[in-house]
Formats: sequence, C-alpha cells, structure tokens
Amino acid sequence: MKSIVCIKRVPDTEARVRIASDGTSLDPSGVKFVLNPYDEFALEEAIRLKEAVGEGSVTAVCLGPKEAAEQLRTALAMGADEAVHLVAEPSHDGLVTARALAEEIRGREFDLLLFGKQAVDDDHMQVPAMVAEMLDLPCATVVVELEVSDGHVTARREVEGGHETVEFDLPGVVAAQKGLNEPRYPSLKGIMAAKRKPLEEKAVELADSSLELVSLSEPPPAEGGQIVGEGAGAVPELVRKLREEAKVL
Amino acid sequence: MGGVLAVAEARGGVLRGVSREVVTAARTLASELGGDVAALVVGGPGISASAAELGAFGADRVFVAEGEALGAYAPDAMLRAVEELQDRESYDAIVLPATAQGKDLGPRLAARLDRPMATDVTGLEVQDGHPVVVRPEYAGKALARLRFTAAPAILSVRPNVFLPEERPGQGAVEPLSVETAPVRMKVHPVEAGERGTLDVTEASVVVSGGRGMGGPENWSLLEDLRDALGDGVALGASRAVVDAGWRPHEEQVGQTGKVVTPNLYFAIGISGAIQHLAGMRTAKTVVAINKDPEAPIFQVADYGIVGDLFEIVPRLSEEIRKVREG
Repeated sequence: MKSIVCIKRVPDTEARVRIASDGTSLDPSGVKFVLNPYDEFALEEAIRLKEAVGEGSVTAVCLGPKEAAEQLRTALAMGADEAVHLVAEPSHDGLVTARALAEEIRGREFDLLLFGKQAVDDDHMQVPAMVAEMLDLPCATVVVELEVSDGHVTARREVEGGHETVEFDLPGVVAAQKGLNEPRYPSLKGIMAAKRKPLEEKAVELADSSLELVSLSEPPPAEGGQIVGEGAGAVPELVRKLREEAKVL
Repeated sequence: MGGVLAVAEARGGVLRGVSREVVTAARTLASELGGDVAALVVGGPGISASAAELGAFGADRVFVAEGEALGAYAPDAMLRAVEELQDRESYDAIVLPATAQGKDLGPRLAARLDRPMATDVTGLEVQDGHPVVVRPEYAGKALARLRFTAAPAILSVRPNVFLPEERPGQGAVEPLSVETAPVRMKVHPVEAGERGTLDVTEASVVVSGGRGMGGPENWSLLEDLRDALGDGVALGASRAVVDAGWRPHEEQVGQTGKVVTPNLYFAIGISGAIQHLAGMRTAKTVVAINKDPEAPIFQVADYGIVGDLFEIVPRLSEEIRKVREG
C-alpha cells in the first residue's frame, strides 16, 4: 500500500487572528503554527493502511514556507517514510496550490492520495477534489470511515443529516474528516527516527491567479449583549425579549 | 450568452431547500452582470415536478436532468451536465450551495474549467463588471474579499445567508439529457441519521451544550428544549464534549467542527473558547446560559442568564412551550 499525504502548516485553532499591515495577510507574530488538524487524520489513516498490509510506504508532501519543514518532521515522526517540501508561500487561490501539488504527484506511483478535508486557515476545502480532477482520479471528501481491500475503496462521507457511501477502485483520493481515526502522538523513538528520514526540498514557482485577494479584515467586534438576569427567575423576561425584541420565537 | 448558472441540489426526487438560496444569490449577481439566470437540477424520478418552483425565486430557465441513476449524488454526470451547459451558454458565473455536495462538486468543476473558486461565500457584489465576494476565513476570525478577474466566476454560498426571495414570474423547464455512464465512482443514496436529515448547519435554531452540562446523560434537558422550540431545531456541541465522547462529532460547532448561521443559537454550559466563537458568531441571535458571569460567551451573546443551567433550562423549555402554545 503506497500512500501520499498532502499536509499544510496552519495557525493553531486557539490562535487569535490579527491582520498584518499589508491588509491581505495574517500577522504571524506570536502565532503558534501547527500541522493542520485534519491532515493528522489523513496521515494516521495512511500509516494504519500500510501497517495493516505490512508493506508499502507513506510519503508526506507539503507546499509551504521554509518553516513548514517542522510540520513535515512531525509527519515523519508519526510514521511517514519520506517527505517532500515544495517551498513556496501557499496561494489564497486553491486552484494554484492544487496545480503545484498535482504537478509534483503526477509522476509518482501510489495507491491512495490523502488530504485533510480542509485547511483551518483559509477553509477553502478545494484542493483535494481539484487535485483529483487534475489527475483524473475518483475522490471521496469529508470521509469518516474508510475500507480498502483488493484495490477497492469503500468510503463513508458525512453529509447534512446523514452519511453517504462512495465506492471506487484504486488509485484514488480521500479527504479525511474528524472521526476517521484517533491520530497518534509521535513517540520519542519516532521523533529520533524522523531526523534520519529523507526530506527533499524543492523550490516551486506558483502560477498566476485570476482570483484577486482584495483584503483580509477582522470581523466587526461582537456588540456584547445584556445579562437578562440570574437564575431561573430570569427566564420569563428572556422569553419575552426573544419574542418581542429579537422576534425569534 | 452570459448570465449566471445556479446549480441546485436534490436528494432522490426531492429538491433541497438550499436550492432557492442558490438561485436567489445567482439572481443578485445576474441583476448586475446582466443576462439570465439558469438553474440546473439533477435528481431522481419525480424531480421535474419540484424543479419548476425555482422559477419563482429568479430562474428564467430551469434545466432538469431526471433519471433512476441520478437519485443519489452523481458527480460525474453533474460535471458533464455543467460543462456542456457552460460550453453552450458561456455563463459569467456559476453558483453552488456550500453544502457537502456543493463543496465536493464545486472544486472538481473549477479544476475542470480551469477557473478559481470561492467557497462558503457570505457576501456578494459586482464591481466594474467583476464579481467580488466576501467569505470567512479562519472559521470567521477574518473576512476575505476576493475579486474574480476571469469568467466564469465559480462560488458556493453558505446556507442560511442568502435568504430566498420570491418574485413574480415562472421559469421555463427544459429537460436535459445527461450521460450517466461510465462513472469513476459510485455514490450510494444518503442514509439519514437517527433524527431525520436536519443538519446543524441548516437548522434555523441550534441548541448547543458544553462541558457545563456535566455529562452525556444530561442531554435530555437539551432534547426537551429542542422539542419545545418546534421544527427546524438541531442540537450542537462544543469541542470539549465531542472530544470527551459525549456527543458525535457531526454536532460539533467551531473551527474544527461546523460553522453555523441560525436565527437563534443557544449556548448552554459553554464558556466560549475562541475556536467555538468562530463557529457561531454569525448566528443572528445568541442566548448564553452559564454559571460563570466572566465566561467569554457572554461577550458575544445578545442575551445571557447567569446561573445553574439545571434549573434554568427546564424552566426555559416550559416558558417557550407556554408562549408557543398560547
């Protein structure tokens, strides 16, 4: 079982977002960067599939700035065998990112190509399905259960109010949702081993985009409402306000 | 030539409500860009009958592909249908719903047409003939403004944001034949969850519980409040309770869960971690119930009650029943 897992370096979800003075990017000062949480599920699944079959490989690919080598080391420490770092600032345009990744992956041999369902920075949720189309591969997104046997994939994906099962033959693309598995923490042994695993660095030129990022701004601060009262005695007044002021009951 | 294509969504032979919002958003764009609004409806047997209603929300033409093989989500067939229409009509924009289906189909379509896409759009305008969209990033901690400089602009609109607007007039329904084979993947029909098919992202009211609920056994309190509120109400949960295994992850509201935009959001026993606030700050009215008056949730809540939720919530269900029945 040969898998490729695409990962991204993103701000931690607990991070406060401040916009830089250019008005189009995040101010990175004081922000902790992590491996995109959904990518952990993708990595864990690839490692488990390899372990279950007893052979194969897991290759982690990341398009990101120099510092993203840190996230690739985390992937290697979890159990990936090798890493490829496409050094570039990720684009705000998913199509541009997907093209660069597809270009890298096209010549490689693999059974399964995995992604997290979305990156928690731009939340675009585009790259997995775009790369799948660029490589003309079947694809299942938002996957919470995955079964691979005899070259056939059965994936259960989350949809509004239920689930949907998608089947296809390998090779194919899967985008992982929370719930797919419980990602492992890198062990001390894994962290040591990661230092000796291959990490290939490649400079890439990203294509131009026809989607212009005009501005990035902070949403207007919440107005902060009123404390209606304390305890159950305040309930009738709350219900009256919901009915008469907010008109939502 | 030109105009805007609205890609509707069906399940089996039934049109999903979000399709009206997609047509409404497409109409907003077309009124500035010029041209007609066409809707594409792909669905199972019976879909033609309900597809006609999209005319009342702004579709001038409604293309309908109906078939046994189209009852479940059929990405390959839908891609072919849109590509064929785009070839023929050269739309200036294509609008999809930002649902599980639209978020799966949209990027595929964008890659096939070699055009960028904006997901989960919450604001829409046209400047100098170019669509400009606003969409939340970092789960709503920031807002991005994006301008499309090449046609067709492809975008998906967040449910519950572009409220359907009826207008006089009717769309002309035109059958569309779509090649249904071969396909690269087979998708089975949706299996509905235990509580029917209402998702937290589509509910008009969300009742969310956090760690303050004390344990999963106390969720009957929230279920009772949900039932008291009537139809269109879904349960939500904070990350802490999902991680603790009290509730399924599909209920999680927040940055690694779902972003919701209901009319009314109840945050019960939720302190308001930054990643949770990101997921619900666009709710229209927020009610917080928490024993800690310093909890950050009170800073984003329109109305708050400080105190013991185990006394407040049952009383709330009772009072809501009274006003709804009275």
